[in-house]
Amino acid sequence: MSKVQATTLTIDGRNVAIEGEKNLLELVRKIGIDLPTFCYHSDLSVYGACRLCLVDVEGRGVLGACSTPPEPGLVIRTNTQELREIRKIAIELLLANHDRECTSCVRSGSCQLQDIARRLGITNIRYRSIHQPKPVDTSSPSLIRDPNKCVLCGDCVRFCDEIQSVGAIDFAYRGHDAAVLPAFGQDLGAGECVNCGQCASVCPTGALAPAPEIEAVWQAIHDPNTVVVAQIAPAVRVAIGEQFGGEYGLNTTGQVVAAMKRMGFDIVYDTSFSADLTVVEEANEFIARKTNGERLPLFTSCCPGWVKFAEQYFPQLLGNLSSCRSPQQMLGSMVKHTLPAQLGRERKDIVMVAIMPCTAKKFEARRPEFRTGGVPDVDYVLTTQELARMIEESGLSLNKLNPASFDMPMGFKTGAGVIFGNSGGVTEAVLRYAAGKLTGQNPVDPEFEDIRGEESLRLIRTEVGGVELKLAIVHGLGKAREVMERILAGTLLVDLVEVMACPGGCIGGAGQPVGRDIAQRRKDRTAALYNADRLLDLHCSQENHFVTECYQKYLGEPGSRESHRLLHTHYHHRRRTGAEDIALTKAKESSDGPLIVRVCAGTGCFLRNSQAIIQGLMKHVEANDLDDRVQVQASFCFERCGEGPNVAVGETIISQATLEKVVQAIHAELAQAPDGTVRADAC
Amino acid sequence: MNAVELATVQQQSPARHYEKVDAILAENGNQPQRLIPILQAVQEEYRYLPEDVLTFVATGLAIPPARVFGVATFYSHFALSPKGKYCIRLCDGTACHVKRSIPILEAIYKRLGVSAKSNTTDDMLFTVETVACLGACGLAPVVVINEEVHGQMTPEAAVRLIDEIEQQEKVNA
Repeated sequence: MSKVQATTLTIDGRNVAIEGEKNLLELVRKIGIDLPTFCYHSDLSVYGACRLCLVDVEGRGVLGACSTPPEPGLVIRTNTQELREIRKIAIELLLANHDRECTSCVRSGSCQLQDIARRLGITNIRYRSIHQPKPVDTSSPSLIRDPNKCVLCGDCVRFCDEIQSVGAIDFAYRGHDAAVLPAFGQDLGAGECVNCGQCASVCPTGALAPAPEIEAVWQAIHDPNTVVVAQIAPAVRVAIGEQFGGEYGLNTTGQVVAAMKRMGFDIVYDTSFSADLTVVEEANEFIARKTNGERLPLFTSCCPGWVKFAEQYFPQLLGNLSSCRSPQQMLGSMVKHTLPAQLGRERKDIVMVAIMPCTAKKFEARRPEFRTGGVPDVDYVLTTQELARMIEESGLSLNKLNPASFDMPMGFKTGAGVIFGNSGGVTEAVLRYAAGKLTGQNPVDPEFEDIRGEESLRLIRTEVGGVELKLAIVHGLGKAREVMERILAGTLLVDLVEVMACPGGCIGGAGQPVGRDIAQRRKDRTAALYNADRLLDLHCSQENHFVTECYQKYLGEPGSRESHRLLHTHYHHRRRTGAEDIALTKAKESSDGPLIVRVCAGTGCFLRNSQAIIQGLMKHVEANDLDDRVQVQASFCFERCGEGPNVAVGETIISQATLEKVVQAIHAELAQAPDGTVRADAC
Repeated sequence: MNAVELATVQQQSPARHYEKVDAILAENGNQPQRLIPILQAVQEEYRYLPEDVLTFVATGLAIPPARVFGVATFYSHFALSPKGKYCIRLCDGTACHVKRSIPILEAIYKRLGVSAKSNTTDDMLFTVETVACLGACGLAPVVVINEEVHGQMTPEAAVRLIDEIEQQEKVNA
């Protein structure tokens, strides 16, 4: 270390030690000079596009601080007349091409462009506005993409690609036409986007933002014929205070409940209650699978971003996903199942509003699996940001409200249900339950310290009730992809994998307040949830007597038929693109219509060489003059990727197909055709 | 096969696309960093980059379709819609520009009823593009039709070239 400390450089006349900083920007910020940036995020690759962090390096000229590594002896100036002018020009040019209707922008007040323009003292934009309005993409249930607000910093593109390994959006076109777009300019709601919303979290402006549902919720509240029931996710209570100037990690549970009651929500429940319920169901599922040694590892399925990711990229492992619905959906299901009878109201009069730290929960609530009789179990999902806005609209000030308590029974929770909001929380809650169930005695010290932490992948060996368990806790979908690939390759053997799409878990969700110091905010929110657990009397889900009552009254046993009906689901393989089948050979018209042979050309089958089958089939059809009777098509997915390559001959799907098998099946099918005389030359 | 038929067949039966794309991907070792040469070869083969083929390329290279789309839209060489049988490239580089290339462009647009936004004729016979420099400044202003270079062009001469091609096509038909 002494050698490192000995190396210094000069910033604005001060000697500064280089202590392993990756670039000049980190060094400059270390000594308290906050150079403005759009495109610099310490978690992402260096892009160097916004040209705001420019510094003057003696002998080298003006350089981007973010993309210049520190070297001993450099003489750097951060605040010269030239630099100030360059920065101003960069911002003025951005503003000339920007939709400057700031007052009606969702990011008004938290916009970095607004903030930097103010900090740089921009009072006049010397360039004529050339802004041409472009259509806003509202196709996604989770996110709104407004290209008129985009500054092309690429933070969203890099987060989606580098951290999430999805790449749903990228730069397209060039120069004046450059834009951030989904593939082929499609709607964001149509493609690979998993709705995690981290693009909106890192967006410095309002170009990507959570899709709002505030107006619909107000309407439900003002409708005298409805009972509006809310649920609040654990991560919301330790973050919403930030919107009202509170310190990071301030727990405002009581104030939030009070505000919601004042605003007109009839009943306020706690998603931590159904998290306890999830723990009971999922832990039993886990214990059963572990005992029987089947479908391991078990993957958690509380995170809807992760579930869609798995549906798109790892269909062969979907059977390993826990069939438990997420706490949001369990609560929605239980509320709509039990409240109508209790209140003497019709099911349709109950409106369920979930307050979530998450944008993907909006997508989850709309999934067809979670509708009963055509009515969604959860009607609306508001993000933490949206709830804060509603509180502001009501003229309430969160800090001054006397706290209120949740409604019973579904407002009652144990600490296990509260730590769900942290990465590792689900696993810890399941272990607390399993320990109690396997040893017959709830753990005295319920805290599994070694599970906690910030690393995006944590591999842990632990022992519960004499059973050795190997656990993987992951946050970030890129890391999840890595884990899945290792599991498929057989190089990682674990029993349970917890995946959360967002950094740090739900506390880092894209519905949470945005702004500077995101790493510190996440840290403090995490600590606040663990403290909330410590303050509660009970720490294991099996101690939640209202959960027990739920089983007695409605569900029977964990994993019962009724539990499965109300609390479980199953997931399907999802096509990444909306491509339709494409005819490869053109069958001539015949009276009965040709035999359709569809060969999958999707990812899984492609990798298993379905192309060779396509080519072989086409040659076979041509060589045997079958083109009036057989039509070969390329299909994009049969949702059987684990057994590829898949080929459908007529109605029959052949898995693990070979050219031989398919040709045999075709001729068998042709032989059975109503007028089908088997032609000798056909084989 | 005329251009319309060609385009129709390409849209209806991309069998040959996939076969060909497969070969192109294999020649490039399925390497994502070879994306540009792969797209060049694909366009060479089909005269444009059909969306389904781009999805196929993305799948084959295990990269997101959005990235392939980004590269395909960045370079003006790549076309995402079918080009006409005759691609007319008018040079608007410095030399050609000062030698009055714009009136030539306007005359061609007028003759064919196309524009910068919609640059292919309805009968799929002609596509009109401008390029920044063809490196034939001594012949300015220059028009290239497919591979054939025509120097010292005038609006009238350019229109005559188009007339001749149309005449020829009628005879062939």
